[in-house]
Amino acid sequence: MSDFGYVLLKNRHIDYEANDKRIAEYIYAREPSFGYCMECGCCAGTCTSGNFTHLSLREINILIKRGETSTIKEQIDKCMLCGKCTLVCPRGVNTRNIIILAGEAIQKLEANEL
Amino acid sequence: MNKEVIVIGAGAAGMESAGQLANEGFSVKIFEKDESPGGHLKGWYHLFPNRRDSVEVMDYLLDVIDRKEIELLTNTTVTKVSKKDGKFVVTTTQNKEYNADAIIVTTGFDLFRSERKEEYGYGIYDNVITSAELEKMFRNGNLRCTDGRIPQKVGFIHCVGSRDEKVGNFYCSKLCCVSAVKQAIEIREHVPESNVFCFYMDIRMGGSGYEELYRESQQKYGVNYIRGKVSEVAENYEGKLVLKVEDTLVGKPLKMEFDMLVLMVGMEMSESGKELAVNSGLLTGENRFFAPADHHFGSNKGNVDGIFYAGACTATMNLTETLAHARSAVDDVVDYFRRKK
Repeated sequence: MSDFGYVLLKNRHIDYEANDKRIAEYIYAREPSFGYCMECGCCAGTCTSGNFTHLSLREINILIKRGETSTIKEQIDKCMLCGKCTLVCPRGVNTRNIIILAGEAIQKLEANEL
Repeated sequence: MNKEVIVIGAGAAGMESAGQLANEGFSVKIFEKDESPGGHLKGWYHLFPNRRDSVEVMDYLLDVIDRKEIELLTNTTVTKVSKKDGKFVVTTTQNKEYNADAIIVTTGFDLFRSERKEEYGYGIYDNVITSAELEKMFRNGNLRCTDGRIPQKVGFIHCVGSRDEKVGNFYCSKLCCVSAVKQAIEIREHVPESNVFCFYMDIRMGGSGYEELYRESQQKYGVNYIRGKVSEVAENYEGKLVLKVEDTLVGKPLKMEFDMLVLMVGMEMSESGKELAVNSGLLTGENRFFAPADHHFGSNKGNVDGIFYAGACTATMNLTETLAHARSAVDDVVDYFRRKK
């Protein structure tokens, strides 16, 4: 590449190829509606937990898909599994199941079972 | 050519196609379920994207059908069309029958009934209104909340009844985005000190001049846009509307108070169209609109040779497309008679 006088910083990028997408694959295989999200944020807007803590299902969804999973466990733990997000989703995403599956996948990852 | 063509519905598509049919030398009957022609155009104030007064288009269309070859029958709903020996029999609610050599169906659309999206509080809270009701307020020059105050903060909720599996409509109604932009501009003109916010999932500005209007709404009128589908609306103790949404670009839930909320209602296959389809064996698509014979080459044709469609009874369509679609339907009628010779 030509020298333009600046360098590309690794931490400013989503390195899609390098990122670990095993959690995404785990969810896709068990809940295909994971792929139907259009990022409208209806789930996060209606979320009771999300109004008091940092929990956005929309954000969790996209972070998992990109393999940016370092912060999601903390978010998932705040979910009360009330299912309000599933009720409002205009795309029929089974959001509640995605949270459950994401939790499962994280456990399996930690136990080296994935 | 002494052929008789019946047009079902006297909205923009019906009136325009009737006029074109008369130009081609056919005699035309238009059946209209309402007491006057014009369809949804009657309820609209200014049109996007050039803000033309709808009355101008209405006058044009009334002029188009004002000729001796065209007979308009109002307060007459068509319930059924049947084909016998290459001719058509049209039955109305008054149980009268009329004969025709070809049919153009222009039954148009109904606006989505907002009560079905209960979480937005239409019919429950004061000052949650539809985009159609706002047009009437503009027309009457009386933009007010129910208690008579002039609204200082107005929100537009996009995609009400569109792109929403929960109400059974997967499709995009496609003209609500630009309608919201137009109406947001008009709010700012009527109430210069007001603040206006549009809540959208995607801003779809596919038509000529639409993106420019969107840009103008920001540059000249200071309209604000927040990306997120509104999840619910409530009323607080002061009677203000409290809206909840995720601001998806910030990534945080957001609460905002409004004096008035406008629901950008989508389009659905009309009830009269549905009845006609069922009774006459006309096929409809997954979106419940009449199913065109071919997406590219047969958008005015259906499953019965000699019955043609025009306008928003086949898909969500703006006025520009509707008028063009009406004219191309007449082309197909001419071709139909040529083939039959």
